[in-house]
Amino acid sequence: MTSLPREAPETRLGLVIDLDTCVGCQACVVHCKEWNTGGYPGPLSDLMPYGPKPMGAWLNRVHGFEAGEGADGRTVHFPKSCLHCEDAACVTVCPTGASFKRQADGIVLVEESKCIGCGLCAWACPYGAREMDPVDKVMKKCTLCVDRIYNENLPEEDRVPACVATCPASARHFGDFADPESDVSRLVAARGGYDLMPEMGYKPTNKYLPPRERAPAREERLPDIAPEGGFLGWVDRMLTAMG
Amino acid sequence: MHPARSIVLFTSASGAGYGLLALLGLLGPTGLLPQERGFGAAGLALALALVVLGLVSSTFHLGHPERAWRALSQWRSSWLSREGVAALLTFLPAGLFALGWVFNGEMGGGWALAGWTASLGAVVTVACTGMIYASLKPIPRWRHPLVLPLYLAFAALSGLLLLNALLAGSQRGIALATLIALALVWIVKLAYWRAIERAAPAATPESATGLGKFGKVRLLEPPHTGSNYLLDEMGFQIARKHARTLRGLALLIGGALPVLLIALGIVTGGVVQAATALIAAVAGLVGIVLERWLFFAEAKHTVNLYYGDRPI
Repeated sequence: MTSLPREAPETRLGLVIDLDTCVGCQACVVHCKEWNTGGYPGPLSDLMPYGPKPMGAWLNRVHGFEAGEGADGRTVHFPKSCLHCEDAACVTVCPTGASFKRQADGIVLVEESKCIGCGLCAWACPYGAREMDPVDKVMKKCTLCVDRIYNENLPEEDRVPACVATCPASARHFGDFADPESDVSRLVAARGGYDLMPEMGYKPTNKYLPPRERAPAREERLPDIAPEGGFLGWVDRMLTAMG
Repeated sequence: MHPARSIVLFTSASGAGYGLLALLGLLGPTGLLPQERGFGAAGLALALALVVLGLVSSTFHLGHPERAWRALSQWRSSWLSREGVAALLTFLPAGLFALGWVFNGEMGGGWALAGWTASLGAVVTVACTGMIYASLKPIPRWRHPLVLPLYLAFAALSGLLLLNALLAGSQRGIALATLIALALVWIVKLAYWRAIERAAPAATPESATGLGKFGKVRLLEPPHTGSNYLLDEMGFQIARKHARTLRGLALLIGGALPVLLIALGIVTGGVVQAATALIAAVAGLVGIVLERWLFFAEAKHTVNLYYGDRPI
C-alpha cells in the first residue's frame, strides 16, 4: 500500500548527523555496505568493483563541501542517506506497493519481491537516497538497519544502525523524534538541527546539526621576542629587516 | 534526466495513438469522418497499434517486466498506476467501438457511446502520463504548470496529423484544424521553453546542504570516484550543449515543415495533397519525438546539487 500512514506514527525513528564532528572517514559508508549486503536489502551489488569503472549500489555516501571563503570558510564532510521523510513522495509514486512507510515507526522500506524496477521513486526523491541495484534490478535504500535495531540476538548496545554503531567521532545519533525528551530531540533543540531542502516540502525525519560557530579569524601578531633589546633584540630587528 | 529510448518512444507513440483514438471516437459517430468500414479499420488499427507499441516499449525500461501487472494496484496514490489502469480500461470501449464500426458498419446509439467513452479514456490516459512528470517536485522543469497541457496538446496534435494523413488531406476542416493546432501547440511549447529558462531556481547547493550561512557552497570532493545509478539516471548533460540547436530543429521539423506542407496541399489538392499530408504527419511526429527527447534530456534533478551542480 503506497498511501502514507493516515496518522502520524507514535515513534518517528531517524538519525541526527553532526556536521561539526564528522571527520569524513567513510567508516559509516563501509559498515553500511557491509551490514546491508547481508541484511534486509542485500545483496548490494557492485559491477567491476576492481575494474576500470567501478559502480554499485550504496545506501550511504559521504560528500565533501566547501562553504564560504577564506578564513571564514569551512570544509564540511556531509554524510547522506535516506531521510525517512514524513511526506515521502518516493512511497506515493510507487505503482506496485513495493515502497511503503511503516505506521509503527515511520521507516521507509522497499519490499523487493514487488519492485518492478521502474525507477520512479528515485526520480521522486530530491536527495538521491535510492539506488537501483545493477544486478538485482530492484530499488535499494537505507532501512535504518531495521534488522539491527529490533534484533534481540544482538547485545543491546548494538541495536542501532550500523553507521551509528561504527562512527568513531560520534557524529551520528539514532533515536525517536516523536519523543521530545529523546537524545536526538534534545540534540536538535540544543544545536539548531535543520532539514535539508525544506522548500521541497518532504519533511525529512533525519536532521543535520550545523558546524559550530567559532570566533572570527584575525591576523595574529607574534609577541616581540626581546622587548628589552639587547643581543636578542638586535637579532630580532635584523631578521625583521631581512624578512 | 537520462532520455531512455523506451520512455521517449512510449510517451510519443502512445500519445499519438491515444490522440488518433480520441479523434476517431469523438468525430466518427458525428458523421464528420468517412463512414466506410475500411477507413474505420485503418484508423483504429493504426491508433491501437501505436498505443500497444508504446505500452510494450514502456516495459522495456523496467528491471522486472514480468511483475508489471503489479503496477495496476496503487491507483489511489500513484499516477503511474493510474495511467496503467486508464490505459487498460480504455481498451474496452475502444474495442467495442471498433467492433461496431469495422464489423457491423454501425456507429449509432450504444456504439457511439462506446466511441465517446474511448475518447474520454484516451484523454484521461494521456493526462495521467503528463501527471507522472508534472507531479515530481525534484525536477522543476517537469513540475511546470504547462507540462500537463503540453502532453495533452501534443497527443491531440499527433492525432490530427495522423488523421489528416489517413484522409489524404482531403477534408478541408481537418486540414485547417491541423494547421491551427500546429501553430498553437508549438507556440505554447515556445512559451514553456522561455519560461523554464527564466524560472527562479527551485533549490540551491546552499539549501541542499543547509550550509548557506557560511557563504557559497561548492563541492570539494565527490563521494565516489566512479559513476553511480544517480549520476547515470539523473546527471545527463549532453543536451545542454546543443539545446538551442535541437529546439530549433524540433520546431522546424515538427512545426514549420508540416505547416508549409499542409498549406501547400490545401492550395494544390489532388495527389500533391495526399503526399503532403503524409509527409507532414511523418515530419510532425519526428519533431514530436525530438521534443520529447529534449523534455527528458533538458530536465535537471535536484540530486545534482550534491554533485556540484549550480542552482536547479
